[in-house]
Amino acid sequence: MALIDVDNLTMRFGGLTAVSEFSTRMEGGELMGLIGPNGAGKTTVFNMVSGFYTPSEGRIVFDGTPTAGLKPHRVTTLGISRTFQNIRLWHDLSVLDNIRIAQHSRMGYTSWDAFLRTRRFLDNEARIDRTALELLEALDLLRFKDELPRNLPYGLQRKVEIARALSTKPKLLLLDEPAAGLNSADVKGLIDLVRWIHKEFKITIWMIEHQMTVVMSLCQYIQVIDFGRQIAAGTPEEIQKNPVVIKAYLGDDQI
Amino acid sequence: MLQRLSVPLVLLASLAVCVGLSMGGVLDGYMQTVLMFVGINVILATSLNLINGNMGEFACGHAGFMAVGAYVSSLLTVLFLTDSKFGPALLPSGAALWFFPLSLVVGGAAAAVTGLLVALPSFRTRGDYLAIITIAASYIIKSSIENIDTIGGARGFMGMSRVVAAMNSTIDLPWMIIWTFAGAVFCVWIIQRYVSSTYGKGVMAICQDEVAAEIMSVNTNRIKLVTFMLSSGLAGLAGGLMAHVLGYVNPGNFTILKSTEIMVMVYMGGMGSISGAVMAAFLITFLMEGLRFIIPMLDTLLHAVWLLPDGYELTQVWKWVIIPLLLIMLMMFRPEGIMGARELADLFPRLRQYYKFK
Repeated sequence: MALIDVDNLTMRFGGLTAVSEFSTRMEGGELMGLIGPNGAGKTTVFNMVSGFYTPSEGRIVFDGTPTAGLKPHRVTTLGISRTFQNIRLWHDLSVLDNIRIAQHSRMGYTSWDAFLRTRRFLDNEARIDRTALELLEALDLLRFKDELPRNLPYGLQRKVEIARALSTKPKLLLLDEPAAGLNSADVKGLIDLVRWIHKEFKITIWMIEHQMTVVMSLCQYIQVIDFGRQIAAGTPEEIQKNPVVIKAYLGDDQI
Repeated sequence: MLQRLSVPLVLLASLAVCVGLSMGGVLDGYMQTVLMFVGINVILATSLNLINGNMGEFACGHAGFMAVGAYVSSLLTVLFLTDSKFGPALLPSGAALWFFPLSLVVGGAAAAVTGLLVALPSFRTRGDYLAIITIAASYIIKSSIENIDTIGGARGFMGMSRVVAAMNSTIDLPWMIIWTFAGAVFCVWIIQRYVSSTYGKGVMAICQDEVAAEIMSVNTNRIKLVTFMLSSGLAGLAGGLMAHVLGYVNPGNFTILKSTEIMVMVYMGGMGSISGAVMAAFLITFLMEGLRFIIPMLDTLLHAVWLLPDGYELTQVWKWVIIPLLLIMLMMFRPEGIMGARELADLFPRLRQYYKFK
């Protein structure tokens, strides 16, 4: 059974078709890329897969469960997590709290337990603390645990956001332009980080990225979309040489 | 061990002082009422702070939930404990001791259910729209009460002072002081427990980025419901206490002005700060009452230095100039309120050893 099977996904906003008949399939363990010019509909695909939009047409089956129409938090509980193009951390909560809150689906207690401070509450809070600290330790963020994300440099904020996404224990991690706004040193660090996460957490990663160095050095398989439609798919080498892709990115005027 | 017990001990001691001073006659009836209103305002400010501060929403119908709690608990106590137009008392007057707190809990629960009914249709709205919905809801509650004649309609409902008298005659203690004190402590305690749990931190996550919260597996609808119910339930508790402190309720007590007064305390204390809300509740209550005495003094003073013409007297109406003026100054010079989003323990880290914050 495939980990995720996306079939003929279409998204219309009024008269505008943002994504049209997009399909993909991952068996589990891949590192896939989704590229395309600005406004091609990449983030819309992610928004549908993460449950933020309900697709106008098409099916998404994740781990055997159809997810189209589920609330985002239910989709996340099933095992899809994501980061955002513009960092959306909770900037006035500490880094540790950011990581902790992302464990809401595995909290294991109810509001009554929180009021009454039952054994179940205490045990689960201790577990949440422990897993959050372990995650921060693994990503080398432990020394920033009490900082507010707003006070961290941009590159670190990216890393904290990825850590928060991992804290939901995903099987599939969606990274929406993780290298956007990073300087070249940070980009190199990001490539190593994504590769390390892919290996260490044994999860499937699907990323949108504009910087070709990142996509080409990380992704095993890339899909290209333009105006909401898939125009090409293949390995990085194939994509780089594909005339349709070059045309989409550079335009077809003769220079 | 002593450090962990220090907060309960300090609370117990201050309760004992209040009770002792009231019984010894040092605090007269008026002073006692002011103290009780401090307690009630602490409940109102901290509970509204949960929604307007922690969750970053803009609810302005807190008085409506107070009204529900006030009427439900008053009806219960009057019905069960006194000979009223509903019939003779169903319980002996000694039962007031345990029945009164029970009726407060039932009043709070009724207000929480009302909160649920208001919260359900307002999920998809935020900001201004939620403000309108909550104002509308509080008006629905107020005019419903005005139009139910069995509970007095617009004339109001009374008989609660006999319930308080029944408690006092069973065991001679200033019971209302004890219960408002207990109510305020309970309210701060339960909100503190809520917002310091991972569950309750979801409230702050919703405030700062609702979309991110939902995508990071926070069940935002559920959290909003629980938070709204907790907040309105506590407002109902405050309403029940207020009804019994005054001995008389009237739909006119629960207008938009009352809701505004509570909002002023929240914004003055600092959004999302429990200790700020408590401080503001103290400050506003004492300020409101204090001006009663300060204004005549000011009047004499200004006449003495020839700043006011002989024919003009500085009346109590000036309270409504002075307090808004203070608010404008506060918003100009310290817009984040007294405490901002901080708690007392953030400012004085040494306090942490006396109470656990989590």
